[in-house]
Amino acid sequence: MIPNLAKIQTPRYESQRERTLVASLENASKNYGSLRALRNVNFSLSAGEVLALLGPNGAGKTTAVKLFLGLIEPDSGKTQVFGGNPRNPENRMRTGAMLQVGKVPETLRVGEHIDLFSTYYANPMPLNEVLVAAGLQKLRDRKFGDLSGGERQRTLFALAICGNPDLLFLDEPSVGLDVEARRILWKEIRRLVDRGKTVLLTTHYLQEAEALADHIAVINKGEIIAEGTPAAIKALASGKRIRCITMLNETTLLQIPGVTDVRQDREAVEIHVREAETVIRTLLELDPSLSGLEITTAGLEEAFLTLTQENETSTRYH
Amino acid sequence: MSTASLALSNTAIQRTPAHTLAIYAKEAKYEFLKNLRLRVYTASVISFPLMFYVLFGLVLNAKERIAGMGVPTYLIATYGTFGVMGASLFGTASGLASDRGLGWLQVKRASPMPPFAYFAAKVILSLIFSTIVVSLLLVLGIGFGGVRMPVLDMARLMGTLMAGSLPFSAMGLAIGYFAGPNSAPAAINLIYLPLSFCSGLWVPYIFLPKLVQKIALALPPYHLSQLALGVVGAGRHEPAITHWEVLFGFTLICLGVARIGFQRDQGKLYG
Repeated sequence: MIPNLAKIQTPRYESQRERTLVASLENASKNYGSLRALRNVNFSLSAGEVLALLGPNGAGKTTAVKLFLGLIEPDSGKTQVFGGNPRNPENRMRTGAMLQVGKVPETLRVGEHIDLFSTYYANPMPLNEVLVAAGLQKLRDRKFGDLSGGERQRTLFALAICGNPDLLFLDEPSVGLDVEARRILWKEIRRLVDRGKTVLLTTHYLQEAEALADHIAVINKGEIIAEGTPAAIKALASGKRIRCITMLNETTLLQIPGVTDVRQDREAVEIHVREAETVIRTLLELDPSLSGLEITTAGLEEAFLTLTQENETSTRYH
Repeated sequence: MSTASLALSNTAIQRTPAHTLAIYAKEAKYEFLKNLRLRVYTASVISFPLMFYVLFGLVLNAKERIAGMGVPTYLIATYGTFGVMGASLFGTASGLASDRGLGWLQVKRASPMPPFAYFAAKVILSLIFSTIVVSLLLVLGIGFGGVRMPVLDMARLMGTLMAGSLPFSAMGLAIGYFAGPNSAPAAINLIYLPLSFCSGLWVPYIFLPKLVQKIALALPPYHLSQLALGVVGAGRHEPAITHWEVLFGFTLICLGVARIGFQRDQGKLYG
């Protein structure tokens, strides 16, 4: 449907989605002095999807969000939101944002903050609906300065959704939330998507990306290093992890065909392999005294680690 | 690609003038509430001018005369200037510096808030608190200092000082764009207090050392205080238009500096 963008994205990760483009970064680069925050980043958001931008701290996630919000300009490349400049007032009217903030005016009450932000929009949600959606019913008259960390996050989330926007940017929304609050947040994000909203969320919680996103872009050191469905990302690092206690040393283990990595873990070793069966056969032949054998599938967490590490290696040697 | 984007209901959302006005009103309302509940703000902006006035105008020198009038009347004009300057500088600079430096302004900028509403709210706040300070000074002067002033003069004094709030709001914006979030209050005091002294707001101009008197002529608060003193009949009889010109020029310079700061922020991590 949008051939030029499909080409830009790494083809092997691209799923066959029916795409109505809502927002995109095209070859966007951004430097802060000598610090390279983003380098030739391409990715796009389609209507009705949740895209998770997954990466460690300092990877460039917030910079990407700020580009989409028109808070900063790319040094090169292009940002598009609803087919235009993110700074257009009409686009801002259809966009909501939750950013990481150092200090919010503390003497205003939760309800007052929401009331003010609702006024900015043409068709805001009723205050009570916003309070329920963000789990703030009981905190309406509480001053922001008297809120706990999680309650503050929820208030910022409320400000992002109160205008009933079509497109939401959530920068690390679940930082500081307890399990219950995170559950409410996830439920609310899913509800927004059910109503046709588009969401970009950044996170370094892999579980969160897997639970919410239709599409994950893994970012590290300012570059998108993988993109695709959670299943596709998982498949990238498909493989198993064998844990056992063995007399064999690391060098020997690494020579076994199919072994990709070996790590010492207390008295045991953790062996990363492509296929478990053949390696186990060899292991048992080489070391009959082998014990404590466990085999597990590499999760997304693992995938994420593998991806970022591979990237570091490749930048180091090329 | 643009065709795909257009597939989304791209109905341009236009605000009605009434809606825009409602945003400005609400922005100002919450700016006022926010600061009213901030003890640091109300204490420094309202209490200090009143305390000084009570001490130097009502307790110590109430019976003295200066420039042909009672000290309590004279000091309403100078502490009025002092109060207006404080309300305006603190009303704009400290909030702006902290909103800028700690990310809140970015949340506002990402929202569809009309950018000017943010600044307008701060200027309105400064005007409101300036009015409060001057009104309280008048109440104290009339109630306890035997100040007698025709109502028309009171209105003129109030109007002059209100207008005088604007140059210092502009100055506050300029400071707010260049001071750090935590150093802003200190930066304001560092400018506010020496300026007040050198402009003859604490010690009347005629009692200032000769050198300071010369410096005063270059300082905006001096010119505002002379306008206020002119209303009560104690000015130094310089043409009022000169004072207004100085204040107007000063406002333009401050707005220019603030604009540089505004543009500098656009490309930064914060702003």
